[in-house]
Amino acid sequence: MFRRLPDPRARAVHFTFDGEALTANSGDSVAAALLGAGIEHSRTTPKSGTARAPYCMMGVCFECLIEIDGVANRQGCLVEVRDGMAVRRQQGAPGLPEDLADEGGQ
Amino acid sequence: MTRIDLAIIGAGPAGMEAAATARETGLSVLLIDEQPEPGGQIWRAIECNVSERPDNLVFLGPDYAAGAARAERFRASGANYWPSAMVWHLDNPETGDKTALVAWDGVTRQVQARSVLLATGAMERPVPIPGWTLPGVMSIGAAQTMLKSSGLYPEAPLVLAGSGPLLLLFAVQCHAAGIPISAVLDTTPAGAMTRGLPHLPKALLGWRTLLKGRRLMQALASSGIPVYRHVRNLEALGADSVERVRCTSDGQTVEIEATTLLLHEGVVPNPQLTRLIGCEHRWNAAQRCFHPMLSDRGETSVPGVFVAGDGGGIGGAPAAENTGRIAALEIAEELGAVNRPSGDIEIVKARDNLRAQMAVRPLLDAMYPPPDWIGKLDGDVLVCRCEEVSARAVRGAVADGAPGPNQAKAFLRAGMGPCQGRMCGLTVTEILADAHGKEPDAIGYYRIRPPIKPVTVGELAALDGAD
Repeated sequence: MFRRLPDPRARAVHFTFDGEALTANSGDSVAAALLGAGIEHSRTTPKSGTARAPYCMMGVCFECLIEIDGVANRQGCLVEVRDGMAVRRQQGAPGLPEDLADEGGQ
Repeated sequence: MTRIDLAIIGAGPAGMEAAATARETGLSVLLIDEQPEPGGQIWRAIECNVSERPDNLVFLGPDYAAGAARAERFRASGANYWPSAMVWHLDNPETGDKTALVAWDGVTRQVQARSVLLATGAMERPVPIPGWTLPGVMSIGAAQTMLKSSGLYPEAPLVLAGSGPLLLLFAVQCHAAGIPISAVLDTTPAGAMTRGLPHLPKALLGWRTLLKGRRLMQALASSGIPVYRHVRNLEALGADSVERVRCTSDGQTVEIEATTLLLHEGVVPNPQLTRLIGCEHRWNAAQRCFHPMLSDRGETSVPGVFVAGDGGGIGGAPAAENTGRIAALEIAEELGAVNRPSGDIEIVKARDNLRAQMAVRPLLDAMYPPPDWIGKLDGDVLVCRCEEVSARAVRGAVADGAPGPNQAKAFLRAGMGPCQGRMCGLTVTEILADAHGKEPDAIGYYRIRPPIKPVTVGELAALDGAD
């Protein structure tokens, strides 16, 4: 669990995680916003379904992969949280978007 | 499509200094960076802290605050700047300009550059201990990033484990900010001072760094934080997230409660772009990692592709700035933007500064040697986090006839997940080197293929300049 140092000039950002309303501070990455809101794990692995949480917070480990506004596989630590964002926990391996799967067939 | 003299990737100390220097010579410059504001990892969120959270500069310290002037110099330089942008491919055609494909603002943009400077810096060495994939286990750099960017810190009980300057710095920053640390588990092997001593005379040239190190050590010693020395056999334990940390300290078993465990075993060059574009690399035995081969001008084995900063070998921020300056001046000269005599005087000055800044490295390498146990790993511990491949499985691939990482990857899928080997590459090379009884140079590293970052369908479809 994470706590915040006093930040008198912070502006609140409102977003949802799996439909639940959460609050972050402006300037937070999505990954930081979730950790700050007490979300312990943000994805499960494709192979065993084990819970994972961000490890590096600098774009290297890809443990923060998450669905943001309907787009899967976003690096949560590299996307700034915005008002109204709909964030969802990434469960296993997200499939290809339907249109691409139809066109490419592979 | 964007045409430019010099494309720089990475807005840390090396990239910012290179951009400002190249602009002074009249080159057109584009700097591309993943973060929303300049500064790199060391000066992460510097502008935001200066304007919004000035109180935090007190505990983050003067070396962090110094980044503000660097960011200002870069902003005023007239360099084009794409923040929050991802380079997902870099191409080196046999003739003509280099091409970078960059996802920025929802669109993939094509950048054609006469020269490219990779200033992508370092990453923390992955620390594959049992339980390191549990939620609550992170790198120290990750926690420091959250502190700098968001003022977020881990709740007690918090345990730090590892070795090296960043561990010291972060422990002292936390203490100054009033963030409680339950214990520091110092994995530095016994005899650090004895190992360092022979390197001290030469290191005195970098006395500023030495003084800072001594100040940090004293601050930790007087902080009252319990420090366990000569720690080995570290394990993170817990069901759904970390609950306890177990290790041996001076041979005695220690078990401590923790809801956050932060790991750090030094930093290594981030290899992704230099590997992608096919630069030659060599194993550095003292730092147990690969370095791209660089000329003294900072050029890689691929003509027109330069590296500055920690991505070319770990030197720290001040050294990174000087390598950025040197590379920018060399590139300017090559592209005809600066005449030789005036450029040479600047380069000589920068090289002198660089020599002083690099003088402490052998001492630091000797005092804080990289972990000697990673190549010996076996058993259930996960090496590849993405595809959940254990050390035992990597050794099994050797028995099945895998001579190197690319065959192990084909057998096991290690390195084939979303991080593309960033988290397991070095470990797999070390284990294979150990199993085959060969040097890591003979074993090699994963082949890195584009896209090196996940690209959305939208970003692929909307390729600018494709017409």
